[in-house]
Amino acid sequence: MDYSFILQQIVFGLTLGCLYSLVAIGYTMVYGVLRLINFAHGDLLMVSAYLAFYGIVIFHLPWPVGFGLAIALTAVLGILIDRGAYKPIRRSPRISALITAIGVSFLLENLALVVIGARPKAFPEPAVFVGVLETGTLRIPYMSFWVLGVTAVLLAAVLVVVRRTRIGMAMRALSRDMETVRLMGIDIDRVISFTFVLGSALAAAGGIMWCLRDPPLDPFLGVMPGLKAFVAAVLGGIGSVTGAALGGLLLGLSEVLIVAVKPEWSGFKDAVAFSLLITILLTRPTGIVGEELPD
Amino acid sequence: MSPSHATETTSHTRDRFLSLTALAVLGVFLWFAHNYLSGYVIRILNTIAIYIIVAVSYNLINGVTGQFSLQPNAFLAIGAYVTAILALSPEEKVQSFIIEPMIWPLSKICLHFPVSLAIGGLFTTLIAFLMAVPVFRVRGDYLAIVTLGFGEVLQVLANNLVPITNGPLGLKGLHPYTTLWWSWGLCIMTVFCVVRLVNSSYGRAMKAVREDERAAEAMGINAFWTKTLAFTVSAFFQGVAGGLLAHLITTISPGMFGFMLTFNLLTIIVVGGLGSTTGAILSAAIIVLLGEGLRTFEEPFTLFGHYFQGVAGMRMVIFSLLLIVVMLFADRGIMGREEFSWRKLIDWARSLAGGARRGRK
Repeated sequence: MDYSFILQQIVFGLTLGCLYSLVAIGYTMVYGVLRLINFAHGDLLMVSAYLAFYGIVIFHLPWPVGFGLAIALTAVLGILIDRGAYKPIRRSPRISALITAIGVSFLLENLALVVIGARPKAFPEPAVFVGVLETGTLRIPYMSFWVLGVTAVLLAAVLVVVRRTRIGMAMRALSRDMETVRLMGIDIDRVISFTFVLGSALAAAGGIMWCLRDPPLDPFLGVMPGLKAFVAAVLGGIGSVTGAALGGLLLGLSEVLIVAVKPEWSGFKDAVAFSLLITILLTRPTGIVGEELPD
Repeated sequence: MSPSHATETTSHTRDRFLSLTALAVLGVFLWFAHNYLSGYVIRILNTIAIYIIVAVSYNLINGVTGQFSLQPNAFLAIGAYVTAILALSPEEKVQSFIIEPMIWPLSKICLHFPVSLAIGGLFTTLIAFLMAVPVFRVRGDYLAIVTLGFGEVLQVLANNLVPITNGPLGLKGLHPYTTLWWSWGLCIMTVFCVVRLVNSSYGRAMKAVREDERAAEAMGINAFWTKTLAFTVSAFFQGVAGGLLAHLITTISPGMFGFMLTFNLLTIIVVGGLGSTTGAILSAAIIVLLGEGLRTFEEPFTLFGHYFQGVAGMRMVIFSLLLIVVMLFADRGIMGREEFSWRKLIDWARSLAGGARRGRK
């Protein structure tokens, strides 16, 4: 096991981690504002990937337009899900919202199954994303650079929005105390919709990059990344954007490195995330960054 | 003795009489089904009984104790695998385990179906007990995600511990031991035990924990043990149901016990009314029948109530819509938290008859 092999695995781990982070940020923001695990969030990955697929393959859009349109439409779907399924029960017990979220997630998956069919489709790969950079024994796909770069830019943008803008301030206030924010005359529904737009757009970008990295598309594509991204959000300390980003990176790195060091454990890769989750929840229930957990 | 007490005793006798009559009617019906109805109908009846077992016990932890746990696929899997492994004969094990031979003590064991079923249930209970310690340190949404994660880990284990589970190939050629008598007998036993438990002081403690955990603890209830009790009892019946399920379909594989199974059960108890055993029973029967009915919308490759891979997903679309609609417009389900009683049924029948008479005038 030499140094360039480890370096290569670290790059792969970071790439996977960045994708988890993008999805985890959406989870963490919605959770921060609504105290709701939006189970349907992972399925937005699948929706955006299919939208991009149809845009590019069927309507022959150039890839930047296709991807942009897919992200925009997924963001709209995010609002629709909130307005249609979550808003009517905002005052019901939290368990009802959680059950509804599971229902929405299954609805999206199975609707895709019924409408599109189960046969995996090949995601189009524009030439810019294909290719491998070779230096010595190191082989890094261009896609890794794209993922790292795009994630860095998006993460910076989200941090600016959350920390420096008025709507970001409203989001942070909402996560502290919804009733007081309402009394301050802030349009809560607008803030919540904005949260869903931001989160869904990030998930959409993550979904497209996920499929560029790993092309076959199927209706249940978003399930595992979605679950793991949620785990990442909890690892980092749910409610915190930087926490979600860190949690995603940690999860991606540990999944890749464990398999790299012990190839015979590769079958257990999917169990790593949940074992990590259970350990973290038991030892440090507020996650890495840490915020007060609501009961 | 006060007059009201006397009426109570007579109504108690009446209820017992009516319940026994109902059981006898069910028995006669099952005998009739066993002898005269087609294999397909018998299969559906078996499925209904197994789903009732799981739904009633799942409702104990989710509805009665109010802990949002997503574990039934895991417990069904444990029960199914343990029962199947114990009940297969050594020769059949040699035939099944083609990738890697089975590890030693398990490869030689072959027990009777009832014994393996009981061990399956007890083993699941043990796992649930070990799980309860870490799991109930977290609450609410976290409990949901941890139990869901447990199911995922278990599926990974079932896929990878090839010398025990035969990996992704699963176990095939199990004997169809599950008859109507086994499934409905155990179903009635489950309902009886769960109802007695819910109506006991332990059951009242569970409801107290559901309503307000802190207040319950202040009243001297140990919330942790109460939850653990509900969880382990639920696990026992789900383990047994898993064993029954395995010997009804005669083939098990890790893919069968995915989250979709838990989702189906969640739909059942939510539609029935979280917290109502009667609701869970009614809804289990309705959803199984609905699932069979909806099968006409799908392609033939589906096995047993729900399907795991491949073709159209119309049924799941309808189930998810049903779940969302119930949550949005009738979040109390069919029964709310009400339970069946003969008195209510009689009162209801009387009011119906009265209404009809008045209508005729």
